[in-house]
Amino acid sequence: MTNTWPVLSLLIFFPLMSTLILLFCKKDKLVRVLTLIFSFIELVIALPLLKFKLGSAAFQFEEFRPWIEAFKINYHLGVDGLSYLMVLLTVLLLPLCVLCSWTYIQKRVKEFHICLLLMTSACIGVFVALDLVLFYIFWEAMLIPMFLLIAIWGGPRKKYASIKFFIYTLAGSTLLLVALIALYLKGGSFSLPRLLALDFPFKFQYWVFLAMALAFAIKVPMFPFHTWLPAAHVEAPTAGSVLLASVLLKMGTYGFIRFCLGLTPAASVYFAPLMIGLSLASIIYGGLVALGQKDMKRLIAYSSVAHMGFVTLGIFMFNLRGLEGAIMQMLNHGITTGALFMLVGAIYERSHSREIADNLGLGKYLPAYMFFFGLFSLSSLAFPGTNSFVGEALVLIGTFSKNKVIGLVAIPGALLAAAYMLRLLQKLAWGEPSKAKNFKDLNLREWAYLVPLAILVLYLGLAPRLALKTMDASINKTLVKIEKVVQKEKNIDLVLK
Amino acid sequence: MEKVILFGPEIYLLFIIFILFVQSLAKSTKVNWLPYATFLGIFISIFSFKFNGVLFLGTYKIDFLSQFFKFLTYLGLTLCVLNSLKNKTLSQEIRAEYYLFMGLSSLGLLFLSSAVEIFTIYIALELTSYSLYVLVPLRNQDPRAVEGAVKYMFYGALATALGLYGVSYILASKHTTYLAILLQESWKWSEAGLAILGLGMFLLSFLYKLSLFPFHFWSPDLYEGSSNETATFAATMPKLGAMVVLIRLAALSPDFNLKLALGIMAALSMTFGNLLALVQRDVKRLLGYSTIAHAGFIILGLVAGTKLGLGAAAFYSFAYLVMNLAAFWVITLLSQKGENITLEDLKGLAQREPFLAFVLAAASFGLAGIPPTVGFSGKFFLLTSAWGHGFNWLVIIAALNTALAIFYYLNLVRLAYTKEPEEKRLDISLNSRLVACLLGVAIVFFGLIPQNLLSFLIKAVNQLTP
Repeated sequence: MTNTWPVLSLLIFFPLMSTLILLFCKKDKLVRVLTLIFSFIELVIALPLLKFKLGSAAFQFEEFRPWIEAFKINYHLGVDGLSYLMVLLTVLLLPLCVLCSWTYIQKRVKEFHICLLLMTSACIGVFVALDLVLFYIFWEAMLIPMFLLIAIWGGPRKKYASIKFFIYTLAGSTLLLVALIALYLKGGSFSLPRLLALDFPFKFQYWVFLAMALAFAIKVPMFPFHTWLPAAHVEAPTAGSVLLASVLLKMGTYGFIRFCLGLTPAASVYFAPLMIGLSLASIIYGGLVALGQKDMKRLIAYSSVAHMGFVTLGIFMFNLRGLEGAIMQMLNHGITTGALFMLVGAIYERSHSREIADNLGLGKYLPAYMFFFGLFSLSSLAFPGTNSFVGEALVLIGTFSKNKVIGLVAIPGALLAAAYMLRLLQKLAWGEPSKAKNFKDLNLREWAYLVPLAILVLYLGLAPRLALKTMDASINKTLVKIEKVVQKEKNIDLVLK
Repeated sequence: MEKVILFGPEIYLLFIIFILFVQSLAKSTKVNWLPYATFLGIFISIFSFKFNGVLFLGTYKIDFLSQFFKFLTYLGLTLCVLNSLKNKTLSQEIRAEYYLFMGLSSLGLLFLSSAVEIFTIYIALELTSYSLYVLVPLRNQDPRAVEGAVKYMFYGALATALGLYGVSYILASKHTTYLAILLQESWKWSEAGLAILGLGMFLLSFLYKLSLFPFHFWSPDLYEGSSNETATFAATMPKLGAMVVLIRLAALSPDFNLKLALGIMAALSMTFGNLLALVQRDVKRLLGYSTIAHAGFIILGLVAGTKLGLGAAAFYSFAYLVMNLAAFWVITLLSQKGENITLEDLKGLAQREPFLAFVLAAASFGLAGIPPTVGFSGKFFLLTSAWGHGFNWLVIIAALNTALAIFYYLNLVRLAYTKEPEEKRLDISLNSRLVACLLGVAIVFFGLIPQNLLSFLIKAVNQLTP
């Protein structure tokens, strides 16, 4: 089963190993350059992934090695349409994160970059692990570098934010571990592909779903488990926020699709009304709270809650369009919100404030900056032609085709996004300049990390065909199980009638 | 002659003890040779893995399990000796005696690993405990040390007395004290109530050693009161002896009610230990409470009663030993004058001593059970082996306790990594750093690659029941 070229293992272990080299670097500048080089090597390592076979629901680039035989745990990796794009996004973000921290991070530079590399390893591991234990190890191990990123390089309330982040996410995943163990003893294996082929009794699914959903809902985060997110985002350094928004939150929704829908389809259908309700609450609540924020980072953090609400909404529609939209939206949110956090970081380096009121009227003095800010803001509010439009439209199509009332409730959420983003954009571009006069416009380094994301925004907005094609087969495979369950329930209803 | 080889690790330690005894008579204080000697002992114990047999009329069994725990004992002893060579709170003239008693206590542990007859177990336990009672107050003029020692001794005496009383019940109803024969007897409540009662009381003396709730009152005071070096020994080593005996006893597969009682104690122990650890400022005391929580954890594998569970419990003993030794190692190094370390003393450790900070972080995350550490693998094996044997509730409580515990472990890491240092660099030798790093690497290594050790331990546990 083992591939000749272990591309996924390399993707995981190369950043891990390169930290060993960084350990012996003394100069900050050298550390930055080396990490940048490592991140480009990582991109090169990822190149073989482009051979991904479209239209196949099978796991590709699989690697398999026995690991802990007494418990039948294997080192088993692979990607399919659900995880493929997330892996690419994670790899792409690493060099951008290094670039956007180039001047932002001034103390303990070496440790910072080691944390970044460790994060990348763990994040890729989460998406490609096909063994439940391996998945859990990456899932939890990722908390450590993220915790350090916030706790060491964070803002004034870093102590509060970092501990809250850690405890919240850990508390959620303790029961996830129990659920995984229960799955093992019921299904006889920790192997995800094998468990996906099984049908578990409903009562078992019921409890396993609850335990897993709690962990994922906290990670997403869904209302009412979202309170750790604004704190973590506001305090984290730029690169930390970017990774948090672009990759970490996606693990929650990835878990929903892969584990909840895949392993416990009957319970997913049973709990769908609850999950849809929470998604709608996230959309509306996140939007409303974002509307009232004065701090740019906080505003974007709450907008994340709303955007992720759309993702979970799409997931629990159980149709092709909804899930396509959800995965697109995961990707889009990663790109757009990541870019917005980078932009906030860039202006913070100039004005030393993230308050909207301190950064008025940038349009006159920083036209390039405002161009990018405008583009990503429009993308954030799902303006046609940008990537988020595709995602949100698909989610809404999926929603309306299933239930018009739910669709109608979600629509104001989309409007709210326009309200808070345009308000922010208007103030930043045309407000009365307070101290913007002396600011320099974007430098080459800043262009370098914004342009790739801007291209992605337009590419995915105008030509989403390829991205959708990569995921369709895997989505359909997931949906088959769900439809079986729905069919069964319908039959029971008919009999009862 | 062959029987002598079987007894090799014990004879070797006896030899070391004899030299220390002569030194103490001669008022010699040169003990720097000791770490080398005990280090050699590690190899002797590894070498002895390939033997197995029975000694002393069947009361003493050499098998994989016993030899593994002898290896752990030597490993722990070596590190404890290394750790305490620079003990600042120990007066020069009693150095040889200090190590004499440490050696005697370890000798008791070696005996415990192999003892398969109840009186032998009892005598070995007493040898371990009495030597330790003497060690604890050896801290310069510190009344807290005496308080800890007195508490330890009184509780200990009571627990062992109860244990002996329990033995009389077992003897009365089963007419034998050999575990191998007891193993084949019926252990149903209806048929052997008296024996189960006796076994329960006998167990108490070990639960006391393990500091399981509600037999834990001595432990935080003992750790806080005794010197850092003695606390290292007292927190790690006696647990090994208790564990090996409990594993042998659990293989008796006693009545479900007895296991249920154990399970309830385990749940209380975890929750209680973790809750109280949350508010501690003294790091040693904090670790003391965390020990209580860990005692509850280990019981998980015992109540499951399966071979996988017992193997997992043995694995966790190893994990526990390594993680605690690492944590105490860092604390001892930090304490430059032998004083107790509070949380404030950890501030900025990462900048003062990056290696020590790494080891402390590895130990903390390990004790909290976060991957990729040996603490996680151990916890995971325990949870998996206990699920589905009537103790699912205990598994859930154990898992939730991780979330409870994480706060105080995380606090150690946070203080070490985030605050700016207040003091100057510490004066720490290269060797100490090296040992610290080895411990830190071991924590991560056995977290990622536990396969060989685990399969060895499962093989060892398989030997227990015919």
